[in-house]
Amino acid sequence: MSHEFEPRIVVLCCNWCTYAGADLAGTSRMKYAPNVRLVRVMCSGRVDPSFVLRAFQDGADGVLIAGCHPGDCHYINGNLKTLRRYPALETLIAQFGIEPDRMRLEWISAAEGDVFVHVVNEMTEQVRALGPLDWKRRTAMTVPAAESHTAG
Amino acid sequence: MGEELKSFKGPESTPAAASEIACAIPLPPPSCSGRPSGKIQLAMYWAASCGGCDMAVLDVNEKILDIAAVADIRLWPIAMDYKYKDIEKWADGEIDVCLFNGAVRNSEQLHLARLLRQKSKVMVAFGACASFGGIPGLANLHCRKTIFEAVYGYTASTVNPEGTTPQTHTHVPEGDLHIPEFFDDVYSLAQVIPVEYYVPGCPPTPETVMTAVNAIATGNLPPVGATIGISKAVCDECKRTKSDKPKVVEFHRPQEIFVDPEKCLLEQGLTCMGSATRGGCGSLCPGVNMPCRGCYGPMPNSLDVGADALSAMTSIVDAAEEGDARAKVGKMVDPLGTFYRFTLPVSMLRRAARPLEG
Repeated sequence: MSHEFEPRIVVLCCNWCTYAGADLAGTSRMKYAPNVRLVRVMCSGRVDPSFVLRAFQDGADGVLIAGCHPGDCHYINGNLKTLRRYPALETLIAQFGIEPDRMRLEWISAAEGDVFVHVVNEMTEQVRALGPLDWKRRTAMTVPAAESHTAG
Repeated sequence: MGEELKSFKGPESTPAAASEIACAIPLPPPSCSGRPSGKIQLAMYWAASCGGCDMAVLDVNEKILDIAAVADIRLWPIAMDYKYKDIEKWADGEIDVCLFNGAVRNSEQLHLARLLRQKSKVMVAFGACASFGGIPGLANLHCRKTIFEAVYGYTASTVNPEGTTPQTHTHVPEGDLHIPEFFDDVYSLAQVIPVEYYVPGCPPTPETVMTAVNAIATGNLPPVGATIGISKAVCDECKRTKSDKPKVVEFHRPQEIFVDPEKCLLEQGLTCMGSATRGGCGSLCPGVNMPCRGCYGPMPNSLDVGADALSAMTSIVDAAEEGDARAKVGKMVDPLGTFYRFTLPVSMLRRAARPLEG
């Protein structure tokens, strides 16, 4: 099955650096793996941990969080908040049984289109090697769920 | 199965404390139950629970007499002897209110949950286990196979050379023996039957219990799906001093430090769940120098209590570069167990992934 598997990777990237970096890669006609789905957020600090959990829950095989380099944040220290949350999030997803290579944090500036290409390609291959996460099937309830909250 | 998962939203929000809500879905007059006493017909049942919720009902002390004055207790396994056939004899809807505590983790509990749903007009998930899965819900980090391997296999106190594990059906000379099937997952009550109200807490405080009882007794019930509690966080009720720009220098476990009795516990490096947890308990644990463990469950409209807590606790760590952040945040032992101590089965990811070959 793995030879047919194409990873789906959600990229949560900040408006000011990484999204512009991805834009640069595009306008420079650099090629990168088409497995990524970019979600633009105003700042990597806006990435609530629930975004990452939701992505995995809804079928992503990998999640990349990308923002400005520390010190370059458009909002002064938004990315530092991500930097602090990330180690705990890494431990948390590992406890849920999700391989660490499925999540990545990168600092990619508006000038680093080539870095964006490199990171996306590398991560796509790492996740491809891991295979599908298949979260829904692997965590399916074995007892039918209740239909509603109304009186029976 | 995935669709059911998605459709499950967990305990829904309540705009204010239940006692403040005038909106009435009045119970039918007690006479509807056809009982000559004219009292509310009350059933209490326990599933995967420790018995603490039943104790909590007794914790209301002399007010238990008030409860007995307005309600006929028809079922209460911790205090009274009843058989399943007694419950089966009841008419559908004969019970006005069922307080169901404990999570659902085997076929017997599921059967009783469905049976009591059928017999009860109003079903209340009572306590953290019934509302969110509770402590037993942490078993969702494992599955039946690995739990059996541990419990009947390699724990230090186990002697089981033949590798015997529970079977649902066993034939012995005297006949067939049946025991309940142990499920792969632990469920909250609302994941297996429709539930009207949630009373959170491990266990619910006497005040929470009396708020619920009063709402039931007077018929001033909140909208269906409501949780008895307040819509503010535990931090809001906590009397400790919080600074404007809090910082966590390092995480500790409670036994590792001498706790300052005045200062915010999170700022002292304790993994206090107060900021992500629904209030209503009166901030009891922080009041006695213990960090909040999160037993009143997620805040109203929260997507995922673990994400909330992770974000709140780690964003304020005193670190500005990666190695430092990793070292300081890494001191937090068991983030999953800390953030989802009572709520794993109703969280976004709900359980740890089963092996792919499952």
